[in-house]
Amino acid sequence: MRKYKYQIPRRLLQTGILFVFFGGNAYGWSVLRGNLSSARVFDTIPLSDPFAVLQSFSAGAVIASDAVTGALVILLFYAVLGGRVFCSWACPVNMVTDLANRLRRLFSLDSVWKSWDIKRATRYWIIFLSVALSVILGVAAFEWISPIGALHRGIIYGFGFGWTLVLMVFLFDLFAVKNGFCGHICPLGGFYSIIGRFGFLRIGYDREKCTSCMKCIEICPEKQVLHMVGRESGAVVSGECVNCGRCIEVCDDDAVNFINIYSNKIHTKCKEG
Amino acid sequence: MPERREFLLKTFKSLGLAATGGLAWSGFIEEGRSAPLILRPPGALPEKDFLASCIKCGMCVEACPYDALVLAKPGDSKPVGTPYYTPRTNPCYMCRDIPCVPVCPTGSLDKTLVSEKGEDGELRLNINMAKMGIAVIDREICIAYAGIQCDACYRACPLIDKAITVEYTRNVRTGKHTIQAPVVHSDACTGCGLCERACVTRKASIFVLPKEIAMGQSSERYIKGWDEQDEERMKEATEKVTTQTPRSGRKALDYLNDEL
Ligand code: SF4
Ligand code: SF4
Ligand code: SF4
Ligand code: SF4
Repeated sequence: MRKYKYQIPRRLLQTGILFVFFGGNAYGWSVLRGNLSSARVFDTIPLSDPFAVLQSFSAGAVIASDAVTGALVILLFYAVLGGRVFCSWACPVNMVTDLANRLRRLFSLDSVWKSWDIKRATRYWIIFLSVALSVILGVAAFEWISPIGALHRGIIYGFGFGWTLVLMVFLFDLFAVKNGFCGHICPLGGFYSIIGRFGFLRIGYDREKCTSCMKCIEICPEKQVLHMVGRESGAVVSGECVNCGRCIEVCDDDAVNFINIYSNKIHTKCKEG
Repeated sequence: MPERREFLLKTFKSLGLAATGGLAWSGFIEEGRSAPLILRPPGALPEKDFLASCIKCGMCVEACPYDALVLAKPGDSKPVGTPYYTPRTNPCYMCRDIPCVPVCPTGSLDKTLVSEKGEDGELRLNINMAKMGIAVIDREICIAYAGIQCDACYRACPLIDKAITVEYTRNVRTGKHTIQAPVVHSDACTGCGLCERACVTRKASIFVLPKEIAMGQSSERYIKGWDEQDEERMKEATEKVTTQTPRSGRKALDYLNDEL
């Protein structure tokens, strides 16, 4: 069980959110109405996807205060929390790409197919493109093609051909690039990397306890953030970490853990290491 | 120098990729956007502003008690994720409290477009102000125009006698009957589509189109002299404008006789 102590709650949350949205539409539940683009909690607190609102602004839309407030609520929430908590705890596409990754590991596809070499920074270029195209075309450009939207809207209101987009992401991750979509392409993930850079909930690493088995590096979908492993104690500071906690689960030596990066303890630890 | 060369090459490669991706991407968007026949919920902003602001949350869809509204799915050939309705199968029932409008978080559905100032100066929702589209009639197929008695659309209209009236003319074919034909009035019709749903012909002979598509637009220079309100516009005319054409310099008689 310890091996899944974060994965189980993550999956429960990811599916739970969709389920509650689905019920909101199908049975009129008032807990959460809308979808991951914009929603209302108990018909009062507005929530909106800040990246979608940013694109709408770029498209020249005058947006009512509800959506703007909602975007600020979400922005603040993830900025304080830190990392890409949205990705590994809320986004449904994460389940698709994690499955692709699991299959890759199961069939050792990494050794068979050499991954394409795409830069992880591609996602920041795509953020830029999303905004630029929104300005030029007058519509929220990424929302127009987003497989994330296709998936959650598909589950809540019915798919249409939306499943093809999701399948594309799955196949891309399975055959073309390891952690391809979420780790290289998705501008929403990139957006939250920037937002979550200074949040408090981060991964702490203790060199003293570490036996250098490197299992954490192996499992991590954003390996580059764990560059200190095997070298020195410290914390993950990059916002690209999705805070999935897989590294904690696979570590047999209790060397990795969630920490509050602003607590004194870690500071002294960092200095020691 | 090779480093610099490599750097330049890499930069060009990235720029090239970004340009290709961007072009494909915008091509895809343009493709999906060219769906002008879409009918939006009541109070929707003009299509261009609507497309820019709608966040595709579906709250209007959830609020609609008749499930008239749906979000466009990939494959519907409509802007993905935006709400619309299909009158023939599920028209807008023109709810008095218009539940779909106030829930919109982005203001893409704008309350003020479907509200009226009451006597106390407060804005009150009034669905009759909605301008979702306009019903047009195919007079060649509509059986009422052929002299067969039918008033299905007329009776279905929530704005009966305002949005649709029945006009009586003599049936010249039989010489002794009346043709009782439905006529739509654009100032009152909301585009709800209840008439389209009610129409008895196999494919509806009365159907809703977006106003920009179904209606013409007059030029300022045509003034109906018999209409007092329209005549007022004469006063706005400030200068005398003479249209110049290649023939303007000559007398009409001259160029008419040219061919002889
Ligand atoms: S990177 Fe994008 S698709 Fe992947 S989990 Fe994050 S938001 Fe979802
Ligand atoms: S007015 Fe009523 S029937 Fe028409 S779209 Fe809105 S909620 Fe649906
Ligand atoms: S409620 Fe507003 S923003 Fe949401 S889908 Fe409907 S029109 Fe779009
Ligand atoms: S004419 Fe048709 S579309 Fe127009 S208001 Fe009447 S029923 Fe609705």
